[in-house]
Amino acid sequence: MSRKTDFYRNKKSNVLSVVMLGVAAYFVIPILWLFVSTTKSVTGLYNSFGLWFSKENLFWFNVKNVFTFDDGIYTKWIMNTFIYAVIGSICAAFIATMAGYGFSKYRFKGGKPIFGLVVGSIMIPSTALAIPTFLVFSELNLVNTRWAILIPSVVSPLGVYLMRVYSDSAVPQNLIEAARIDGVGEFRIFTTISLRLLAPGFVTVVLLSIVGIWNNYFLPQIMLTSPELQPLTVGLAGWSGRSTSAGGGADSSIQSIVLTGASLSIIPLIIVFLFLQRYWENGLSSGAVKE
Amino acid sequence: MESLKKKTNKESIGLLFVIPFLVFFVISIVAPLVYSGYLSFFKKRLVGGSSFVGLTNYVQAIQDQEFWAGLKRVGLFFLMQVPLMLLLALIFALIIDSGRIRFSKFVRVLIFVPYAVPAVVATLMWGYLYGPNYGLFAQLSEYLHTPKIQFFSETMTLPSIANIVTWEFVGYNMVILYAAIKGFSTELYEAAEVDGAGSWRIAWSIKVPQLRPAIFLCLIFSVIGSFQLYVEPTQMLNLAPTIINNTYTPNMYAYNQAFVSQDINYAAAVSFMLGLVVFLVSILVTVMARRAQQYEKGVK
Repeated sequence: MSRKTDFYRNKKSNVLSVVMLGVAAYFVIPILWLFVSTTKSVTGLYNSFGLWFSKENLFWFNVKNVFTFDDGIYTKWIMNTFIYAVIGSICAAFIATMAGYGFSKYRFKGGKPIFGLVVGSIMIPSTALAIPTFLVFSELNLVNTRWAILIPSVVSPLGVYLMRVYSDSAVPQNLIEAARIDGVGEFRIFTTISLRLLAPGFVTVVLLSIVGIWNNYFLPQIMLTSPELQPLTVGLAGWSGRSTSAGGGADSSIQSIVLTGASLSIIPLIIVFLFLQRYWENGLSSGAVKE
Repeated sequence: MESLKKKTNKESIGLLFVIPFLVFFVISIVAPLVYSGYLSFFKKRLVGGSSFVGLTNYVQAIQDQEFWAGLKRVGLFFLMQVPLMLLLALIFALIIDSGRIRFSKFVRVLIFVPYAVPAVVATLMWGYLYGPNYGLFAQLSEYLHTPKIQFFSETMTLPSIANIVTWEFVGYNMVILYAAIKGFSTELYEAAEVDGAGSWRIAWSIKVPQLRPAIFLCLIFSVIGSFQLYVEPTQMLNLAPTIINNTYTPNMYAYNQAFVSQDINYAAAVSFMLGLVVFLVSILVTVMARRAQQYEKGVK
């Protein structure tokens, strides 16, 4: 470890540091613009410099409007997104962890071809799958219910792959053997010993799934026609469409509401990102290095 | 003999661990593929319901100008956006890992943060920044007295979309590559340093070759992402109404066939064709990556 830090104690370059801060600015400025715009009226959006505040501060006014517009549907959208993202991602991670562990630690019949099929399905474009899923779900009468979002959300083939790779290295086979000799059952071994060792990988799959579900648009747009069931992305897209609609009848007065609603919607995920940054690196590397 | 039997029993318990996943996998991936594959061989008639038409829908898709136009557009998008995005991700990952910059952790997080922003919000935001009258770029041009960039012109619309997608995903790819570099042994770097290699040389000659599998992984994910382009152009329909239409990308076309024209059978065929194209491009990329590696080995 000390050798590693030795190498990384390089001379810092001021020029390179400034260049990279400039690069970072390109990635944050749009987000800063969005947050600044939450303090403005619609005319303020046009009349004042985008990255600085106008004379008036309408932040609370805009927030109040976001939560009261359309009978306060925004609150429902937040709730829906939370329900889909939290339940979906935890179930997805749990199911993927079990499956990855199963593929890694047991040699059962058909295991190899099934795993191949699962890995192959990572390659299927999720939006090319959305319309087919809609067709099956409409036969099952699941369209326009929460299940239409939750069921596809818990399937994470990439998660299974990552957890298989992770199980290979994180859970030593002799630990399992030792527990078996002590007479511990297979499921108890999993819940009491392995699951704890797999926790970092589990968190990575939760994160990947949360982002996927939170940001998903195509599937809920197809599946959900009732605004009360829609997540934030679909709801906001609808408001945005109303505020910019090209064929006349655009309701530009709601632009502040759209922008404020949009910026509030990204706060939770940004917080999750900042706090769980290291899990990304751990998890993604285990998948990427072992090709 | 008995212990062997016990052993096989233990091994087959593995299936129980996998079954919950398989159930959902079948419901939301296998069944949709099978069912829509089935539907794609039928056509709805005005009178008498659906009838089996064999490959007619696929033949129609192959001859469909609008479908091809969309496919060409996302193909162009892929060729234009993905190399740039991955190159930037690679450069950023190497610079951050080199230990040569200050605030490297801060910079890393900021570049990654756009990945947390939903495509819907990202497009909405960039749409305003691009605005010809009051957007941030227009304000900047006015301030500098330079001509305004027309982000929604015929030639600029696709690059404008590419910029949004790049903004969203550079950080994600950078983190994958950065994490891969962190997994390498540093002994080689030290040896190279003793031999007088600078950090650029170490990055190029030691880190990049080892990064090949990770870059390949990013490339494959990008193939899938590019060809299913949907959210960004859909959200920009109102901003560039004369350039973006409902058939701008294959996915928008499929959506339109399914929910506007109500031709579910044809939409299923189009979705399959798109999946097939993605599959073929992925294989092409894989073959090319292997060839490149073999060629290099041959040279050495």
